[in-house]
Amino acid sequence: MCLGVPGKVTAIKENQMAVADVNGNYVDISIIMTPQVRVGEYVMIHAGFAMQVMGQEEAEESLRLMLELQEIRESYANEHREHFEEQ
Amino acid sequence: MNTESISKNNNTELLREIKEETRKLALMEVCGTHTMAIAKSGIRNLIPPNLKLLSGPGCPVCVTSQGDIDSVIELVKESDIILVTFGDMIRVPGSDSSLQEVRSQGADVRVAYSPLDALEIARKNPGRDVVFLGIGFETTAPLIGATIEEARRQEASNFSVLSLHKLVPPALEVIFSDPDIKVDGLICPGHVSVVIGLEPYKLLAEKYAQPCVITGFENNDIIEGIAMLLLQIRKKEAFAEIQYKRVVKSEGNPVAQQILQSVFKAAGARWRGLGYIPDSGLAIRSEYRSFDAREKFQLPEIEDRPIKGCACGEVLTGKISPHECSLFGRACTPLNPVGPCMVSHEGACAAYYRYSPLKGGKK
Repeated sequence: MCLGVPGKVTAIKENQMAVADVNGNYVDISIIMTPQVRVGEYVMIHAGFAMQVMGQEEAEESLRLMLELQEIRESYANEHREHFEEQ
Repeated sequence: MNTESISKNNNTELLREIKEETRKLALMEVCGTHTMAIAKSGIRNLIPPNLKLLSGPGCPVCVTSQGDIDSVIELVKESDIILVTFGDMIRVPGSDSSLQEVRSQGADVRVAYSPLDALEIARKNPGRDVVFLGIGFETTAPLIGATIEEARRQEASNFSVLSLHKLVPPALEVIFSDPDIKVDGLICPGHVSVVIGLEPYKLLAEKYAQPCVITGFENNDIIEGIAMLLLQIRKKEAFAEIQYKRVVKSEGNPVAQQILQSVFKAAGARWRGLGYIPDSGLAIRSEYRSFDAREKFQLPEIEDRPIKGCACGEVLTGKISPHECSLFGRACTPLNPVGPCMVSHEGACAAYYRYSPLKGGKK
């Protein structure tokens, strides 16, 4: 549940919000906890909030794990499809 | 990645060091993501049998007490609220029902990725009360705190939070103080530590003479974290250090810590498996009371009614492995979970069921 996903900040918006590129998906995130972050930098995102600024290399390393875990979840969901479809 | 690919990478030297360990030692991981990562990687099969990896109380869904789950279900059944929570929570069995079951009976229970989604639901439903069920440790609580602050800014009077948040260090103190739980070192949670930093573990390491290593989630991270713990043990040292340096800073995240401080205060909390622990939970401060669902709906405290035969409590404290539960894989499976450790995909039982379903523990 404490999963963190790395993303690259592509735009800073008003009200401490930003847009991040997470493996090709552009998502709105809050940067209230990383006010120092700038466009082009990487952050670790947890439940829609940037929690820490990361280096590019570190972010790419973490992304590999994220994709691996996504694979687990998808295969887990496929195995137990009837329950997940209800959600 | 499987055991073969781990063996091929540059951690071969660290693995060799780990395999040289001959003493009977128990290391505990205190993060559900570690539990899943360890189970998937096959690391248990690579390390010598005298080295035991225990799963601790690191899955927020799993450690939520039965009474708290029952009181949430009661709230949903008895009122016209929209309850919003994170995914796994809705399948957790209460004493008589689950959020999923009451939803199928007409209750409005929704799953969200972020607490900000719940605030958006409140904005779109001004005539209804929206309650976000806040579970999670220090990683998640600041986000909920920030959402409460945002709700105040937006004057979202129909939004509130039921805080069932828990703090990791007080639970570790209970683990370290329990003579029935033998732990020789701690694989500390990576993302909780992004917020709290190294300091809390320094205090624990010193007080309980326990090596603590904040560890990342890749196989290489875990191997290195284990090797760092063993090195401390061999040298008869006990201090806190960071393996997961690419994300965790010694000081943690000061902004997140500030939000935690301003919105929440420490309060007693009930943990599945550990019981009531003083100052191990987070209550919403009186300055934010209009966003406190516990106060808003006068939520009654319901006694914990243990699930018959379920050994989640023992699993969560490392006293037994999932295989030792009499229900594991028979009465309790991911399709028909009896206890929360089989519900959450980060629960120890779900991880064991998926990756080492046989009673012998080896797949």
